Amino acid sequence: MAFNGHQRDDDIIDEDETPTKQPRSSKEMPGLCRNEPNNEAAAPAGRATTDRRTSNSTARHRKDSLKKSRPPFPWFGMDIGGTLVKLVYFEPKDITAEEEQEEVENLKSIRRYLTSNTAYGKTGIRDVHLELQDLTLCGRTGNLHFIRFPTHDLPAFLQMGRNKHFSSLHTTLCATGGGAYKFESDFRTMADLELHKLDELDCLIRGVLYIDSVVSSGPSECYYFENPTDPDRCVQRPYTLENPYPLLLVNIGSGVSILAVYSENNYKRVTGTSLGGGTFLGLCCLLTGCSTFEEALEMASQGESTRVDKLVRDIYGGDYERFGLPGWAVASSFGNMMSKEKRESVSKEDLARATLVTITNNIGSITRMCALNENIERVVFVGNFLRVNTLSMKLLAYAMDYWSKGQLKALFLQHEGYFGAVGALLELLHPS
Amino acid sequence: MAECGRVDSSTSRHTMDKSITLPPDEIFRNLENAKRFAIDIGGSLTKLAYYSTVQHKVAKVRSFDHTAKAASDKLYEISVQEEVTARLHFIKFENAYIETCLDFIKDHLVNTETKVIKATGGGAHKFKELIEKKLGLKVDKEDEMTCLIKGCNFVLRNIPHEAFVYAKHADSEFRFQTTHPDIFPYLLVNIGSGVSIVKVESEDKFERIGGSSIGGGTFWGLGALLTKTKRFDELLQLASKGQHTSVDMLVKDIYGGSYGSLGLTGDLIASSFGKSATAEKEFSKEDMAKSLLHMISNDIGQLACLYAKLHNLSRVYFGGFFIRGHPVTMHTITYSINFFTKGEVQALFLRHEGYLGAIGAFLKGAEEDNPNQYSWGENYAGSSGLMSVSPDMNPMQRARSGTFDMLEMDRLERQLVNLPLLQDPSSYIPDTVDLTEDALAREYWLYCFEEALDGVVKRAVASQPDMPEAAERAEKFRQKYRHKLQTLRHQPFAYGSLTVRSLLDTREHCLNEFNFPDPYSKIKQRENDVALRYYQKAVKSLEKLSWEERQFALVRGVLAVELKHFYLVKRPWLVDCYDQWFERIKGPPHKCALFFVDNSGVDIILGVMPFVRELLSRGTEVVLASNSGPALNDVTNGELQILTEKIAAMDSVIQAGLKEDRLTLVQSGSSSPCLDLRFGLLIILIYGFALIPMMFLGIMHHLFIVVKKSLGASVTFSFVFSSRLDKVLATVVRERKTDLVIIEGMGRAIHTNYYAMLSCESLKMAVIKNSWLADRLGGKLFSVVFNHATRTNKLRM
Repeated sequence: MAFNGHQRDDDIIDEDETPTKQPRSSKEMPGLCRNEPNNEAAAPAGRATTDRRTSNSTARHRKDSLKKSRPPFPWFGMDIGGTLVKLVYFEPKDITAEEEQEEVENLKSIRRYLTSNTAYGKTGIRDVHLELQDLTLCGRTGNLHFIRFPTHDLPAFLQMGRNKHFSSLHTTLCATGGGAYKFESDFRTMADLELHKLDELDCLIRGVLYIDSVVSSGPSECYYFENPTDPDRCVQRPYTLENPYPLLLVNIGSGVSILAVYSENNYKRVTGTSLGGGTFLGLCCLLTGCSTFEEALEMASQGESTRVDKLVRDIYGGDYERFGLPGWAVASSFGNMMSKEKRESVSKEDLARATLVTITNNIGSITRMCALNENIERVVFVGNFLRVNTLSMKLLAYAMDYWSKGQLKALFLQHEGYFGAVGALLELLHPS
Repeated sequence: MAECGRVDSSTSRHTMDKSITLPPDEIFRNLENAKRFAIDIGGSLTKLAYYSTVQHKVAKVRSFDHTAKAASDKLYEISVQEEVTARLHFIKFENAYIETCLDFIKDHLVNTETKVIKATGGGAHKFKELIEKKLGLKVDKEDEMTCLIKGCNFVLRNIPHEAFVYAKHADSEFRFQTTHPDIFPYLLVNIGSGVSIVKVESEDKFERIGGSSIGGGTFWGLGALLTKTKRFDELLQLASKGQHTSVDMLVKDIYGGSYGSLGLTGDLIASSFGKSATAEKEFSKEDMAKSLLHMISNDIGQLACLYAKLHNLSRVYFGGFFIRGHPVTMHTITYSINFFTKGEVQALFLRHEGYLGAIGAFLKGAEEDNPNQYSWGENYAGSSGLMSVSPDMNPMQRARSGTFDMLEMDRLERQLVNLPLLQDPSSYIPDTVDLTEDALAREYWLYCFEEALDGVVKRAVASQPDMPEAAERAEKFRQKYRHKLQTLRHQPFAYGSLTVRSLLDTREHCLNEFNFPDPYSKIKQRENDVALRYYQKAVKSLEKLSWEERQFALVRGVLAVELKHFYLVKRPWLVDCYDQWFERIKGPPHKCALFFVDNSGVDIILGVMPFVRELLSRGTEVVLASNSGPALNDVTNGELQILTEKIAAMDSVIQAGLKEDRLTLVQSGSSSPCLDLRFGLLIILIYGFALIPMMFLGIMHHLFIVVKKSLGASVTFSFVFSSRLDKVLATVVRERKTDLVIIEGMGRAIHTNYYAMLSCESLKMAVIKNSWLADRLGGKLFSVVFNHATRTNKLRM
């Protein structure tokens, strides 16, 4: 599944390299490559690889061009969202002794800092379980790390970059998400860094297609829930996204964007909703006094939304048969909270659960309508709202299946929130 | 807007809390004969419906027996008869008063054969026992959604200006929609505690195509949790004062500006409540309520648009307690729909939205009476109007007073049909000038009507000299109508678009309410009598003129028989197509002319009749269309028949015409002004100028005209044609191949129907006798409008 047709420019990749998504034409190589001569770390590495692996001059020439096209380390991709900053970092594992020697101290220190820790400061976290090992990118082999921290801690991140003299590396930082625009000047003034700003939806789609194509071992990147309408038999199953198009891509971050993707380069944003992950957390904080997503989810997992929501059976005593509405369906989210007595009898956990269910169902509902309007049957849900949020995923799977009478399939991806950042990294390596 | 809520807040504020006394004159009227009850009990409001009959007086005229002429010197006999008509009553009140109201009904219900009460709404179950115990009626539950749709169809079909678009920042917040003859298909988005989205395809075919659990209950429940505010209205109040930008994460909070490549502006909400994801900050109740309101309205709007798109529907009505007259929610929903459809779909709201369930339940119960086979009209005298209770203006007022809101509908005697020849009924707008939107015009006309009120009262009393209590009734009429005018001053949108027509209708309804069916009957009788004596003389003097001179004299006669200073009005007139008309009549005669007549007296007898006579002499058939029932000094069909007979006795041309069936009298379809106004004629009299609508039919849209006179006061009548009118008239017009429509009259109708076109030849004649109107038209007082239009050339006005 991994090597599935994303390989384009065979002429610059030799046979024992892992194919990766390549630039769409030879003209697309420039830009960053011209900086190559200034690179201290990557150049020797490239040479070493080339020397070891190639035996004729044509191949050698190609290797040189690949090397030259390669940006200097470190390789980062960044997605600065409304709530979270997502950072992917490629750690080269094929560093030769020679390279090691030539590697500047700053670069080393950054690598060590990132790879030897799983938490940074108070809020930065590396999602170790998502790490992709032995990945070959642009002729280099290494591990891809996935790191996140809250957007409001961006200043601390910039401070760290300043302390570690990040700017001395003369690297280009590819960034996407709204924050790439909002904080561009902060990057410049606080950390002396220039951002290469990228469109977030472009990056998102590029990232999804890439990750899906390279993950070959471990748990399948794409999965779905079998028997979503039967809680006892509902199990997670791998899914092969072989012919992904057309697909509806639903990105649930602070808000929600819904994209119809017809091919790698052909997509449109169908609509969006402001009721997203930010709404879930925002309301939970107000209703329960919690302050983190994890806390909110934890509470939600222990609560009972039916005490908060008014169900069809609360109104009709059972199913509303005239309209085919089952008694268990929510008739009014938070509807029971119109009553003072019931407001006093619910727990924070119940409220958190109801908030989660409300937001999730609503996203499901809008998604379903978009799928119908766009005539698309496959829906991929991504975004950090789904992180450690099996509850929502199962709800979405259920809602898609139930209300479409089995027509729609809800798909999920392991690296749920990181695709924008991955797309940004790809842009660094292979500017489109 | 700000003053709307004050209208009646002071009087009832302190008395309604503990016990309410229900004045039978004002609410739960006509209970004596009430039957077929229905009740819709919602979360906070109860709507009660019943059918009753109303006995009221109607005026009739009858020719005296010729042999007994000595018995009276009057032209014809005027009699007042009692008539019973059907009326539907709908009353809305707070659930808190349900017991008091049930007691009241029980006490006043006299001879009903009713055994069952149809019930719907979420609260029907809760109050079942109470209702059965108090009223001794068996509660029969009906499906809520079915009732809702039935009610919706009913109001859309029967009440003009039922639907409106809400525009918060426009001159007039309410833009009423012309009722489309074909109301289906449409989407009804009912926002109760949850949301139901229903596609309605025909009277009996509808389907719930979707819905959402995020609705009014979410706003209320979540709002109560967030703000510790219990009442729905108070939550809306809070929301209207808040700033959502402190709670919501906007696009610019993420991007620092707009997200240009997607065309998302910086002010768009990217994540509702996105900024409240922190334990550190406090947020104001107002801001949270506002954010919540936006979140829910946007969400509902988005879903509605997705469903509308999927089912290819463009008419989307919103209802339910979340909407119910709340400007705040109407605004946010409207905004959302505009945003998501890029203006392609308009959010429509309904004036009687709150009554739909009760109306539907009632209709279910009355199915054997087949109420849908009749046409019904809103009775302005007995209906409270939109936002009589305006929760947003003053939530405390509503909380305390439990104001009773009412809707009454009268059964129309004739079923009105769509005119078969009408090419595009949906584009026809009778009143182009909307006083709701035109504040200056509104001021003027409201002033005129108020000034004229004394005269109307006087005339009403004079019309019933034998009834000593007439003065008292007339005084009640005065109070009622004056109150209506005051209400309209503050809430011009109360009964749909405010027009001179609706002001007249309202007055007719109020007059009828107090049993003054035809205040002008005596005046008309006198005028007709006087004018008849001059008929022969007038005809004779016309005969003496040359053909050429006569044509002009006839036109002048129609224009202004009474205008003493007509000689002052030199040609060219303000609009002067006389030469064109003159050339036309030198040519072949018309096949058939349809002539809308209006005033009694000189107007009809010395102006119209000689003109008709000339047409007949030329070989043109003539159809005279007059009002079916009395309306101010409009000549009624009954009166016109007598007058025509009298004239025929003096004039062989007219007599021959009648005999040979070349002169026909038809009713316009307006059997009584208060009933027909909707689709038929309108009548108006203002400040000495009466504008009488005539109806037209024809192959096209509408028209009007007239100017003329009446004895003491100059009276201007104007007709407004409607897309629906009397079947017979429509048939006659078609069968006779009418190729000329003559309309005399002025007033607003000319102004408002300025660009309206008929598809056959038309002649519009008017003298502008109102200086305000003349001014607006760019002319002077007594300017003459004489417009002749053929099929191809447009009206010049």
